[in-house]
Amino acid sequence: MTTEAGSTAAAADDVKQRDEYFDALVAAGECVEPRDWLPDGYRRMVLRQIAQHAHSEIIGMQPEGSWLTRAPSLHRKAALLAKVQDEAGHGLYLYAAAETLGVTRAELLDALHNGHQRSSDTFNQPALTWADTGAIAWLTDGAAVINQAPLCRTSYGPYARAMQRVCQEETFHVRQGYDLLWSLCRGTREQQEMAQDAVDRWWLPAVALMFGPPDTVEGGDGDTRAAALGAAVSRRSMAWGIKRHTNDELRQRFIDNVVPQAERLGVTLPDPAIRWNEERGHYDFTPVTWQVYRTAVAAGAQCGRQRLAHRVAAHEAGAWVRAAADAYAARPVTERQEP
Amino acid sequence: MTSELPTATPGAPAGTRNHDIAEYALRLGDDALILCQRLCAWVTNAPTIEEDLALSNIALDLLGHARVLLGLSGRSDGTNRSDDEFAYRRTEREFRNTLLVELPSGDFAATIARQLAYTHYTSLLYAELAASADEGLASFASRAAKEAEYHCMHASQWTVRLGLGTEESHRRMQAGLEHVWPYAAELFEADDLTTRLDTDGTAVAPARLRADWEREVTRVLTEAGLTVPAPSWEATGGRSGIHTEAFAPLLAEFQSVFRQYPGGNW
Ligand SMILES: [Fe+2]
Ligand SMILES: [Fe+2]
Repeated sequence: MTTEAGSTAAAADDVKQRDEYFDALVAAGECVEPRDWLPDGYRRMVLRQIAQHAHSEIIGMQPEGSWLTRAPSLHRKAALLAKVQDEAGHGLYLYAAAETLGVTRAELLDALHNGHQRSSDTFNQPALTWADTGAIAWLTDGAAVINQAPLCRTSYGPYARAMQRVCQEETFHVRQGYDLLWSLCRGTREQQEMAQDAVDRWWLPAVALMFGPPDTVEGGDGDTRAAALGAAVSRRSMAWGIKRHTNDELRQRFIDNVVPQAERLGVTLPDPAIRWNEERGHYDFTPVTWQVYRTAVAAGAQCGRQRLAHRVAAHEAGAWVRAAADAYAARPVTERQEP
Repeated sequence: MTSELPTATPGAPAGTRNHDIAEYALRLGDDALILCQRLCAWVTNAPTIEEDLALSNIALDLLGHARVLLGLSGRSDGTNRSDDEFAYRRTEREFRNTLLVELPSGDFAATIARQLAYTHYTSLLYAELAASADEGLASFASRAAKEAEYHCMHASQWTVRLGLGTEESHRRMQAGLEHVWPYAAELFEADDLTTRLDTDGTAVAPARLRADWEREVTRVLTEAGLTVPAPSWEATGGRSGIHTEAFAPLLAEFQSVFRQYPGGNW
């Protein structure tokens, strides 16, 4: 009896030591690798984030992908093809990073398809016109760059390395989106209207949904309970070095970036509260409260169901192809000399 | 062949070498452009993310080929039309692509069957055209040949995988082949123009490519345990602008935004 109790105590001690060692490691800014011991909570949090990120890359291909066949110039068609192809590549890097945590891509896709995991709500908006492809790239990829730049130094090594590849390409997407809108804004009146309308519709998905709910008490703006909860999750994630900044901090950084760009483009951002605040050295804007956030999520619910249905339909239609590839790969090597 | 209305290449007088080159580049360019359009529709609908990526990558290469060839056509015919003008300002009857590339894609097997037919043709053609007496065609082809070879490998590997994979994939792949094979013939159609260009070393007589093509695809199909189709008819019409009914909707979609915003700046 005594020995058992003793070894339990020793084991608990062990776990405590490992936890402390791990926390100290990430606090020192070190990267952890798949072979390292990881606390369960950390593993779950990282996996959740990478999986959601991977799902967002492939679901995010849909709104722009639907315009590939209608791009109004061959140059834009080529740029859009290259972009959508990049996003597929991002999905692949990120699924591979997630797989280092002991899950398979098939399991992750199943979790997406059956609703256990989600993609970002940002893409749950219809891409109604050609200008949407520009607004999506400028605003949502622009928000992604702000979100992701710090993730290149996130504490989980495989995720950080995936993000380093992703980030370079995202920066290029933002520039292409801006350039696309630039052309529209210097085109006919109808084109200018199309550009403005797309910016109006993609503004909130970028500002609210790309950065997530408020996670500082100030950001909560009245809804203190939800804000406190969000802040606690964010603090945990930052203590582990998964996140490096709060959602609200990153949101401010995005606003500060994008306001002067909008002025140069000649589009109006649909937030009358945007104003330079000399004292803070930042642009003020309408705070994204929990109320604003929840409303934005709810507005996309039906489109989100359609995005998922599109994804599931493609996956199911391709089941026989994947089965064939698996069956072929299982054949003895001598029987599968590639032509 | 007298149904050459309306003239696709109005600038250079008919029968001159420049006119011939313009028309020839237009045929090849339209093939690449329209197949690109069909592949675009696969993106986000492919069986795996790798295939979303591969098919969009191939579509992007084809678009690159089309842009060079259409630009070449515009320079040769004296109109100096840009690639965009060819793509967005022509009507159905002015397109010179084969019916093969405009066919609705069908399932993944039919898509691969078409890729197999087209890419074996282009990899043989571009390898030969790299030695063309026309500098523009030669420099285009020497660059495009490598990409065509990669596209060809992609199609061949999938053909084998599907042929030897499961019973269902074998059945679908064979059905895809039977569906597209009558249309492959048009790639090898000869007329006065190809004869003239072959004689002066500018182009390759399609008949010369056909034997090599048949040998190559037969090798792949045999490897894949599939039967080489023996179609009872051969498609024709695309090179003179007589398309299938599927073509007008394809083109309407392609040009929709451009035509909706006259005078637009893109
Ligand atoms: Fe991405
Ligand atoms: Fe992107």
